[in-house]
Amino acid sequence: MNDFLSTLLDEFPQVRAGLWVTIEATVLGSLLALLLSFTFGLMAGSKLLLVRGVSRTVVEFFRGTSLYIQLFWLYYAMPQLTGYELTPLLCGVVAFGLNYGAYGSEIVRGAVNSVPRAQYEAAVALNMTPFHRMRKVILPQAWVQMIPSFTNLLIQLLKCTPLLWLISAADLMTAVEHVRSRTGETLTAYLLLLAVYFVLAYALTLLMNLLERSAKRRLGLHTGAGSLLRTRTAEAAATTGGAR
Amino acid sequence: MSRSFDWEAVQDALPLLLEGFRVTLLATVLGTLVAAVLGLAIAVAGRAPSRFVTVPVKAVMEFVRATPLLVQLVGAAALFTSVEPLTIGIVVLGVHYATYTSEVYRAGIDGVPKGQWEACRALSLPPRRTWQAVILPQAVRNVLPALGNYAISMFKETPFLAVITVQEMVFEARKYGADHFAYTEAFTLAGLVFLIASYPTSLLMRKLEKRLGH
Repeated sequence: MNDFLSTLLDEFPQVRAGLWVTIEATVLGSLLALLLSFTFGLMAGSKLLLVRGVSRTVVEFFRGTSLYIQLFWLYYAMPQLTGYELTPLLCGVVAFGLNYGAYGSEIVRGAVNSVPRAQYEAAVALNMTPFHRMRKVILPQAWVQMIPSFTNLLIQLLKCTPLLWLISAADLMTAVEHVRSRTGETLTAYLLLLAVYFVLAYALTLLMNLLERSAKRRLGLHTGAGSLLRTRTAEAAATTGGAR
Repeated sequence: MSRSFDWEAVQDALPLLLEGFRVTLLATVLGTLVAAVLGLAIAVAGRAPSRFVTVPVKAVMEFVRATPLLVQLVGAAALFTSVEPLTIGIVVLGVHYATYTSEVYRAGIDGVPKGQWEACRALSLPPRRTWQAVILPQAVRNVLPALGNYAISMFKETPFLAVITVQEMVFEARKYGADHFAYTEAFTLAGLVFLIASYPTSLLMRKLEKRLGH
């Protein structure tokens, strides 16, 4: 145990750099996922069959083929096929973004559909342009619905980042694995790793709760401060299950 | 140094991948079974009258759910070196997903009308009979589609097992890719197998969900 702590302190710069890589992959991956979620989610609501069809095909493809295959394909197969090579971190960001973007687009689609029909009709009656209608009426209401599901997705994405270890990006898992193999303290090393991921996940949940509160406030829905500390709800977990 | 897609390698790799696919399916089915049974146990324990039971159950569940499956797998495999990797994989997958399925069961149990509980009390049925004969038969029927969805997502996470040397499909794909320098063919094929297997199943689940009126 003492041995473990001293090695951990020795290797602290690497561990900190690894933590940073993990955070970077999570943040960039989820930003790409968010962008793709809205792109394909809004495309799914289009009147044009072609636009809807493209969105469905892309979403089903990335949901259906498993994240691990996509990641390995980008890392191992793409250089073989095209001669282009992405850095491991970029491979991770692109794979996480595409995969979770596909799941996220279902969240966007569902939330937009759940805005009451009368809101559309009122916006049409007020002669709003489709863009205006989306931006001022539909999305602010749908956004509140989306946040709990997005929180779930974000945690899922964070939980996939140890995969970076397999494609030799120097992430947190890589760094802690290194300390483990130097000291042989298996239990301590993995418990530490799990604890760090738990803290990261909880921090993300708290941030998303703040976001949810401010989004609700803008709609004039007031929530008590008690909701800020809770973790996820049964409803949200079931939605993620259903979205798959 | 790009090279074109090699169709012969596809024919060559397919039997190996299908061999691995059997292990993938086995892990998914047994893992789902563990998750379905354990999830129910957690959901029922979460409704225990004593906080000494519910609080620790909830804490452990939140922890397992918020931490990466890969770390849990690698950790378990490093700690229990004498246990077969496939067994470890099935148990860890099952436990991980049980924390999700328990929420599904909880929602299903909450969905049983309150009058049913009251009727059981009025008839002074013991708790065991209440659960067995009245609550669970109504709750479980409603949660089946959601359990199916978790089975599909577990199916897509079985490639993790390759890391602890379970010889499932992605393990075979990586091996074939390394041996023949044909990663493109091996991974493309593995991805297609996942797509072909999971897409019809998820369509079926959606249909089932609609029929049960969700």
